[in-house]
Amino acid sequence: MTEKIVVAYDGSENAHNAVNFALDVAKAKGATLIVAHVLEWSPYSFLTKTEIEERHMRRKEELERADKAIVSPLLKELQTSGVEVEVLVKYGHTAETLLAIVKESGAKQLVIGRTGQSSISTRLFGSVAGTLAQAAPVAVTIVPQQ
Amino acid sequence: MKTQFKAPLLGAAAASLLTAPAQASTVDETVNAIFANSTGWFVSFIFSPFPGTSFPWIVAWLVIAATIFTFYFGLIQARGFKHAIQLVKGDYSDPDDAGEVSHFQALATALSGTVGLGNIAGVAVAVGIGGPGATFWMILAGLMGMASKFTECTLGVKYRNEFPNGTVSGGPMYYITKGFEERGLKGGKPLAILFAIFCIFGAFGGGNMFQANQAHAQLTNVLGDYPGYITGIIFAAIVFAVIAGGLKSIAKVTEKVVPFMGVLYVITALIILLINFDQIGWAFGQIFEGAFTGLGVAGGLAGALIQGFKRAAFSNEAGVGSAAIAHSAVKTKEPVTEGYVSLLEPFIDTVVICTMTALVIIITGQLMVDPETGLYMVGENGAIQTASGNTGVALTSAAFSATFGWFRYVLALAVILFAFSTMLSWSYYGLKAWTFLFGEGKAKELTFKVIFCLFVIVGAAASLGPVIDFSDASIFAMAVVNIIGLYFLMPIVKHELDSYVSRLKSGEIKKFK
Repeated sequence: MTEKIVVAYDGSENAHNAVNFALDVAKAKGATLIVAHVLEWSPYSFLTKTEIEERHMRRKEELERADKAIVSPLLKELQTSGVEVEVLVKYGHTAETLLAIVKESGAKQLVIGRTGQSSISTRLFGSVAGTLAQAAPVAVTIVPQQ
Repeated sequence: MKTQFKAPLLGAAAASLLTAPAQASTVDETVNAIFANSTGWFVSFIFSPFPGTSFPWIVAWLVIAATIFTFYFGLIQARGFKHAIQLVKGDYSDPDDAGEVSHFQALATALSGTVGLGNIAGVAVAVGIGGPGATFWMILAGLMGMASKFTECTLGVKYRNEFPNGTVSGGPMYYITKGFEERGLKGGKPLAILFAIFCIFGAFGGGNMFQANQAHAQLTNVLGDYPGYITGIIFAAIVFAVIAGGLKSIAKVTEKVVPFMGVLYVITALIILLINFDQIGWAFGQIFEGAFTGLGVAGGLAGALIQGFKRAAFSNEAGVGSAAIAHSAVKTKEPVTEGYVSLLEPFIDTVVICTMTALVIIITGQLMVDPETGLYMVGENGAIQTASGNTGVALTSAAFSATFGWFRYVLALAVILFAFSTMLSWSYYGLKAWTFLFGEGKAKELTFKVIFCLFVIVGAAASLGPVIDFSDASIFAMAVVNIIGLYFLMPIVKHELDSYVSRLKSGEIKKFK
């Protein structure tokens, strides 16, 4: 079984750097790359009645949009890389969902980008990169902003 | 010279100040008179007592239904309570379904439609007329009502509509139609139409006018007296902006602030109860004693019972069918799971929140007791005399303010927000009934929304008596039709439940957490 590497991708330039980094590692190791795109979602948020009625429809729209605007362009780009690429689009808390993907896929490594900001909100609530660095059961590579 | 010049001006100003409220009250009075005259027959029909008694048949109707569902589903409220909490926590939610409406969200949204004035004003009305004993019957009605909710919400999900564009909705009008067809029964469609008509009445009455009315009462309580139609017009304008103008931000803010207010209300009540914890035993004593003796309240035991059951039904809407509309939009493969979740609703709404309100009113000594007889002093209108002649929201407000003076303002804000969120909920329920009758379409939907907003103004301007009567009557009328439907369809729910429970036991339905 080939080794798997999970890389988080949200369409940002920085995430793109992380993908490139992960791609190099995957090439060197002959590993499969799992590109994970997480749509932030809490099952404990409050919705209005109309939002509930439309939720199923919106979810479909959001998934289509994520595929069209974020995932597909990347896949196209990676086609020629010669590395086997899998894509996962999931709903949930970003860090928790990435951890779940790592555990489920049995990946050995996780690659993420970070924005490099140390804003007040990050200090208060922590960052995805920080959470993963602490909680991930596998090696985590954090690719800084270039 | 100067004073001479000033005097007539002042006089004129004073005169205009005096006439303004007088004119205003005639507007309110006219609205009130027309309203009372045009709805009186409907109200007296719904609340007509069994011949030779003072016991309204509608109360018996609700109680008997809740009892039948309780036994038919083998005390599902006790058996299924733990599982309901597991479902809400998301223990059985497939992570691949993330992004769909969760059980928690469906419950929270449905609760925001029911937790509201019924819990604050309704309880005060019940205790004010029926005495502390009404609380006992209210709690019992809440516990029994859990089974009614379970039945209707399971059906709501089972027979919901999934439209081609991906939106999901449903309610009693759909389960009555489709369920009757499935069972080969006739009369489903006319029954569903009748339900839809009553649901529109309910949306205008309890879901709208009562709310506007009590919101106005709160505003005058804080700001001083002013004509009701002014509150009505402002409220109507905001409601219209949200439901017709697509001002979603207001609806979203309300949806987020309301649960917070609910929690704040419960915490404050808990603190007041903790401060007076030595009296809690006495208060429960009053509740139990009053439940069976009436403690001298008008109508005695029956009075307490009727008030308790009436206000519980009005507060948690079990058997009414409205919750089935709210819950039906959830995306689940198992309709029964939504039934389980929904049975928490009357529990939170009535058994927890309503009981707290009642305890605070009793413990803070709002109800006047005759020192000689130890019985409650009953006024001319049949209601118990309260510390400062308060009824409805004002009574609850006085009870809470007795401990925390500032709570008057928090409560005023809570009442207005609750009223607003309940109005939004019911505008949704009413609209679903409206589109069931008339079909979907922009113009048709706008017609409903305009009428809905006009009723906001009527509700704020009319006085409490006729409004509360019509509100109750309209909501109970829904229950009449809905429960007939539930009787015919409950074997379907039973079948769903048995199949679900057996698959749960065999491990076919997996726990994800």
